Amino acid sequence: MYIIQQIINILQLGSIYALIALGYTMVYGVLRFINFAHGDLFMVGAFVAFIVATYLKLSFIPTLLISMVVVSMLGVTIERLAYKPLRQAPRVSAVITALGVGIFLENFVLLFYPYPQNVPILLPKIIWNTGGVTISFLQVLIIGLSLLLMLILDLIVRRTMVGMAMRAISWNKIVVPLMGVPLDMIISITFALGTGLGAVAGVMYSQAFPVIDPYLGILIGWQAFICAVVGGIGNIRGAMLGGYILAAVQIIVVSFLPSTYRDFIAFTLLLIMLIFRPYGIFGKPETEKV
Amino acid sequence: MFMKKKVFILLVVVLTIMSVALVGCKGGGALTIPVGVNAELTGDIPSVGASCKNAALLAVKEVNDAGGLDIGGKKYTIKLFIEDNGGKADQAAAVTQKLITQDNVVAVIGPNASRYAIPAAAVAESSKVLMISPWSTNPKLTIDPNTGQPAKYVFRACFTDSFQGQVVAKFAMEKLGAKKAAVLYDVASEYNKGIADVFKNTFEKLGGQVVAFETYTTGDKDFSAQLTKIKQANPDVIFLPNYYNEVPLQIQQAHRLGITATFIGSDSWGAEDLIKLGGKDVEGYFFSTHYARDIPAPATQKFISAYTAAYGSVPDDVAALTYDSFGLLFEALKTANKIDRQAVRDALATLSRYEGVTGTLQFKEGSGDPIKSAVILQIKDGKFVYYATANP
Repeated sequence: MYIIQQIINILQLGSIYALIALGYTMVYGVLRFINFAHGDLFMVGAFVAFIVATYLKLSFIPTLLISMVVVSMLGVTIERLAYKPLRQAPRVSAVITALGVGIFLENFVLLFYPYPQNVPILLPKIIWNTGGVTISFLQVLIIGLSLLLMLILDLIVRRTMVGMAMRAISWNKIVVPLMGVPLDMIISITFALGTGLGAVAGVMYSQAFPVIDPYLGILIGWQAFICAVVGGIGNIRGAMLGGYILAAVQIIVVSFLPSTYRDFIAFTLLLIMLIFRPYGIFGKPETEKV
Repeated sequence: MFMKKKVFILLVVVLTIMSVALVGCKGGGALTIPVGVNAELTGDIPSVGASCKNAALLAVKEVNDAGGLDIGGKKYTIKLFIEDNGGKADQAAAVTQKLITQDNVVAVIGPNASRYAIPAAAVAESSKVLMISPWSTNPKLTIDPNTGQPAKYVFRACFTDSFQGQVVAKFAMEKLGAKKAAVLYDVASEYNKGIADVFKNTFEKLGGQVVAFETYTTGDKDFSAQLTKIKQANPDVIFLPNYYNEVPLQIQQAHRLGITATFIGSDSWGAEDLIKLGGKDVEGYFFSTHYARDIPAPATQKFISAYTAAYGSVPDDVAALTYDSFGLLFEALKTANKIDRQAVRDALATLSRYEGVTGTLQFKEGSGDPIKSAVILQIKDGKFVYYATANP
């Protein structure tokens, strides 16, 4: 029973990691650029949910949709204003800009909410207890919705024209636009999808852990980035798997060893894994084109 | 021109010194005892300094209105020197130095926050002048940094961080009838870790069993793995010596896992935000703290009504502890029966038992840390309510 309970914990935490990791991996896949502001966009998603639920008193589904739309628009705007002018600049400049955008978002939210805020719980508090294992409606929803969204995303990327365009741009940014693929629009769609998933993660997170603060995105953003790297950055299935792997390692360490060792052991294992597979589980070694 | 300017500056300096000397002379008629207050009146925690100042003025006014203290057959009034340390460590030390050498005080009350009290304590200790910090709970305060031994001249009116672990362990065992306890604490924070260790030791010494001793790191939000482990160990009580912004998450997640044990905490729970963030989930649980506004003790109620009448607000724990610091000092002055820094210090160190507004208090032998009772509060109908007084 104990083990089943811990597996549920892994699935819940891993789903949130995976949803955020997808944002990193999609942007990297298309632009070869790491959007370090993604963790903070996730935080904005949680705060939008908090604002909508507290002041407009809407229920869960409208809250989720509003948060997704707001954060997607924010993501697209950030890309247009901050990243697009740097598309031809050295990659380091873009990464530093992303860090700057992240710090801006943190401090912008801090301006309005300097203290931790309590998010109202929008979901029914249903808890099932079968033979010593408890599972809540919230956990079922987090796991189910995450898996569903990942499936839809996978279908979009693999089976639609937009997905094909994304994969094409990922392959070559100079030739593909010449074939009539609208580069800017595809990049915007990529950002909208990635940050939208981050917003879903933010809303779920704010329901699972209803005390939020403006620095919430930093640690979890880094952890999700690590998930993306472990899975093979740029690869969508890799990001999902990476999320569950990190959650599993963290929770298994805590369940069998003193919890103090959690991050130490988790990240040591990940480092060792990266020594043997530096491009991640599903990643492919990249050859520098001259 | 250049000479003229020099003469002018000299003149200003001379006049300033003379005026200071004159002001000093004015109070010379009556018999007074100079007492210093080193408070955080400006800087990052001005509300702490304001409470300290208010309580100091109230304590001194009460004594002076009653005709002063009777020492060696003569009546002495208290003369207060209140100085601002600006919320800066270096200024806190400088203020204590100034009070000791310039104002010639018998004792210094304050600073309150540990980060200012510790540097000021080094000055008091080396000058061999009594210092009482009302509010500094860091164990390092009463340790002489040069020798590593307990400081001789530095005292505090509050309990130390780790002491709470002891009180809560005893409370859990005796009042809640707990046999098995679990602890979940932030391993990256000295405060949390210190209390957790002491709780474990005390609880086991009293014959209880600590069935789970789990940690996390500052900033963690997901405690499901640790709580699942705790649930399996099936404790009667779960001790969370963590800050008020994390405790609600921990209790909510525990409830979601179906944990029904009673939660207990330390004074870090004592912020109204705990209730705002935790809502119904934190209802009915207990934590230890310095003082409560609804302690039934008559001394406490008398202080609260006097303070409220004077300042129009209910005293917080800094005010209550400052008031007790003055009470201790007056008691030591009366016992010493002379105005001598060393004699007052010795009298305080050997004080048998002091009945203050924050509970009874006595200093440990050879230490400036008191053995004192803590207050256990319960969260009831969205309010902190006095539940019991816990003695160590």
